[in-house]
Parts: sequence; C-alpha cells; structure tokens
Amino acid sequence: MKIIEVKNLTKSFKDLKAVDNISFSIDKGDIFAFLGPNGAGKSTTIKMMTTLLKPSSGDIKIDGHDIFHEKDKVRKSFGIVFQDASLDSELTAYENMYFHAVLYGVEKKLIKEKIKNLLEMVELWDRKNDLVKKFSGGMKRRLEIARGLLHHPKILFLDEPTLGLDPQTRNHIWLYIKKLNEKQKITIFLTTHYMEEAEKMANKIAIIDKGKIITIGDAEKIKQDTNTKTLEESFLKLTGKTIRAEKAEKMMPHFVKNKR
Amino acid sequence: MLRTIYILWLRQLKRYIRSKARLIGSLGQPILFLVALGFGFGPIYAKAGEGNYIQFLAPGIIAMSVLFTAMFNGIEIIWDRQFGFLKETLVAPVSRFNIMLGRTLGGATVAIIQGLIVFIISHLVGFRVSNWETLPIGILFMFLIALIFTALGTAIASMLEDMHGFQLIMSFVVMPTFFLSGSLFPLKDLPKAILIIAQFNPLTYGVDGMRQALTNMGHYTYLQNLSVSVVVAFIVLIIGSYLFSKIEI
Repeated sequence: MKIIEVKNLTKSFKDLKAVDNISFSIDKGDIFAFLGPNGAGKSTTIKMMTTLLKPSSGDIKIDGHDIFHEKDKVRKSFGIVFQDASLDSELTAYENMYFHAVLYGVEKKLIKEKIKNLLEMVELWDRKNDLVKKFSGGMKRRLEIARGLLHHPKILFLDEPTLGLDPQTRNHIWLYIKKLNEKQKITIFLTTHYMEEAEKMANKIAIIDKGKIITIGDAEKIKQDTNTKTLEESFLKLTGKTIRAEKAEKMMPHFVKNKR
Repeated sequence: MLRTIYILWLRQLKRYIRSKARLIGSLGQPILFLVALGFGFGPIYAKAGEGNYIQFLAPGIIAMSVLFTAMFNGIEIIWDRQFGFLKETLVAPVSRFNIMLGRTLGGATVAIIQGLIVFIISHLVGFRVSNWETLPIGILFMFLIALIFTALGTAIASMLEDMHGFQLIMSFVVMPTFFLSGSLFPLKDLPKAILIIAQFNPLTYGVDGMRQALTNMGHYTYLQNLSVSVVVAFIVLIIGSYLFSKIEI
C-alpha cells in the first residue's frame, strides 16, 4: 500500500526551480532516505509534503489524503522533526509535549501517560521539568522525536535528525527510529548527509539534485547502477564533486518566501 | 477549539511570567515618563488653568505601557519564526485563526497586567482615581487597546522575515501612535494638523475612554470611544488573522 504519493511536483521561486517535476511513492512501513547536496530541494519537498509550503504544481497524497483539500487529515497523519530546532526554549520539556498534545487533540486523560512513556523512551523523563533552554543539542533532538510521536503518526518525517550530534547520540537516535519502524510500523521519511547511515537504515533511497530526482531504488541497486562500492561513492559520482550553494532559498530575496 | 486557544493563551502568559528581566525592564519607561513629564510639565499645566497634570497624564502612560507590551507580544512571532517554534504550530491540525486568536488574547492579557501594574505605580506619584465604580470600564478600554495592538503587531510580524524591521516599526508605528494620540496632551485647542492625525489614531479613543473612566476627563463620549475601538479591533483582528494564515516558512 502506498502511503505517500508524489506526482509531478514542482516549486518555483521567481525564476529558480527549487523542485522540478519530481514523482515518487513510498510504501507503508518503508524507511525512505531522501538524499542530495545542499540546496538540492530536499527541505522544500518536505515543506510541501507537510503543508508548510504550497506547491507551484503537481499532486501530493499523504496517507490517501490530498494536501490541498484535506490539510488537517494530512497534518494528523504525520509527525516531523525539523532540520533546525522547533521547541519553545522558555517552556519545560513536559510543557512542550503538553502543548503538542493539545494542538493535536490527544485525549485529555491519556496525555500524561503518553508523555511519560515517550519521555522515558528518549530518557528525558527525569528532566521533564527543566526548561528546554538548558538542554544540549542531543537532548533537544530526542525531545523533538518524542514530541513528533505523541499523536501516533503513521509517518515520521526526519529532516537531518542527526546533524551536529556526536556518534553516541546518533547511534542512539537511529536505534529508536529502527525500533519504531519495526514495532509500530511507522513509515520513516528521512534526509541525511551521512551516507553510511542512509545505507544502513533505509530500504529505499532517492537522490535528488538541482530539483530533480536522479536515481531511486535500494542501496544495492544504486551501487550496481553506478558501479561503485559504497553509497557515498555513488552519491559523489551522480552529483559531482563541486561544492553547492548553502541553500536555494537563501539566494532568494527575503520577501519572496512570504509570497506565493 | 477552545483548548487550542487556551493553550496558546497560557503559553504567552508563562513566557511573560518567566522572563523577570523583561517584566521589570518594561516598567522603567512608564515610571520615567510619569515622573519626568508629570512633575516637569505639572506647574505649566496648572498655570494654564488645566488642573493637575498627573491626573491627566497617568491614563496616557497606562495606555502607553499597554500599547508597547501589546505590540511587542504581537511582534514576538518573529522570534518564534527565528527559533523555529512557529513551524510546530503551523503544521498542527488546527485552524490558524484559532492559533492567532489564542496568541492575541494571551498577548492582550499580558498587556493588561502590565497596564494594571503601571496603574498601581501611578498612585505612588500622586494619581488618584476619581470614580472607582467605573474602573471596570477603564479595564475594558485597556483590553481593547491591548487587542488592537497585539493583533496589529501580529499582522506586521506575519509579513516580516527577521528582526531587522523591528526598529522601523518602533520608529514609524509605535512611537507616532503613542505621541500623536492625546496620551500626553488634551485634544482641545490643538493645531488642526495634529488634531486630524490624532482623530485617525485608534489609540486616541482607547486613551480617552480610559481617562473618562478613571478621572472623568473625557473628550469624546463613551459611545464614540467604544464604537471606534471595537470596530478597529475587529478590522485589525481580521487583517491579522488573514496575514497569519498566509505565512509560509
């Protein structure tokens, strides 16, 4: 069963095509890795899939719901860990979780127990009453993952969830994710710059560059097609060795992003 | 729906109570204005036959702190955008109107608290309420001022990407709104140009209504003040929630 279907998706900012007519689909229970150099269009695609940005053209269906007309159903079906922090640092870990539970309409009598279970899973229960601003980067990430799971999403979007974390924490986070995928059959959509992580975790990989998907399949197939030994080598072979602009959107004038 | 509004309201309040520095810092300016202007211009005001200037000034300074706090709370959305928390609220399966409403009511509540603190402080410099029975009406006008300017701050902040525009808003929106409103001087016998500007300034009616309630020194009637304030509040809320609903990240 297809849980995510993307058809002919395009997003243009003025004269730049950040995402250029891409199509792909993801099966329920997949761990899908979306890879590409900086500015390739990964984050723009995720923003469109999660209703934060309106596509210029094309269709997206999330869990069978159309992102244009069934926004709330789409929003209920996924959890997301953004590329950069999205916690309120003036609130405690518990309050951040509680806020999320209320916004997602989690039943009142279940809230406490659910928060406890999830905070225990990410080993933050004993820090629940600390303000988030006192947390380290790894702790914030773990809290965001716990928060993203609070409303029992069918899909979890992870936009570079391990960026800037030490190997121990990274390992920890991937273990949680793997467990979630196996035990609760949550579909995972992730982006990362660590190719070995993608190779190890994902059963389906797409590589995007300059707004276009240049290859899609499992790690073995991509390596065979490019005649390379590791995914990192395939990636470099496919996308070249030149360094990219930091972010496509950063090259845009400030006001453009607010307008459609 | 009510839970959404409530939790966003609560968040604004918690943030306010937790940042003690901001709470205390934002009292400095009103106290300075009360003391410097109140005692500085008091003798001239009395000589002109207008009576006690502190009595006239205090409602204006209360309105000022409501205005500043309200605007600041609205503009805070830019911080939420920069620190990423805005995304969390924008992907949630709730209507953006409710998010905006909860936030605005929270900001307005904070502004009223700030106004009441200044109200209490003004008693220390000699301000006296002439009619305690109409105090609730005064608080109603505080609420309307707070609502209008939190929503206005939200509207402006929805269009801004980062904090660079903040100074611009302070200089060209907040300060003129305060100084050209009848907060500091009576509207009667004003030069025509200033009077016209003041008449187009929504704060003028909020301050006047509050002043009437606290000291019986109103320029317009309650009905005039109330109807203008309520209509403006509705308009700004509608514009603010429209712009907020259009935010893309």
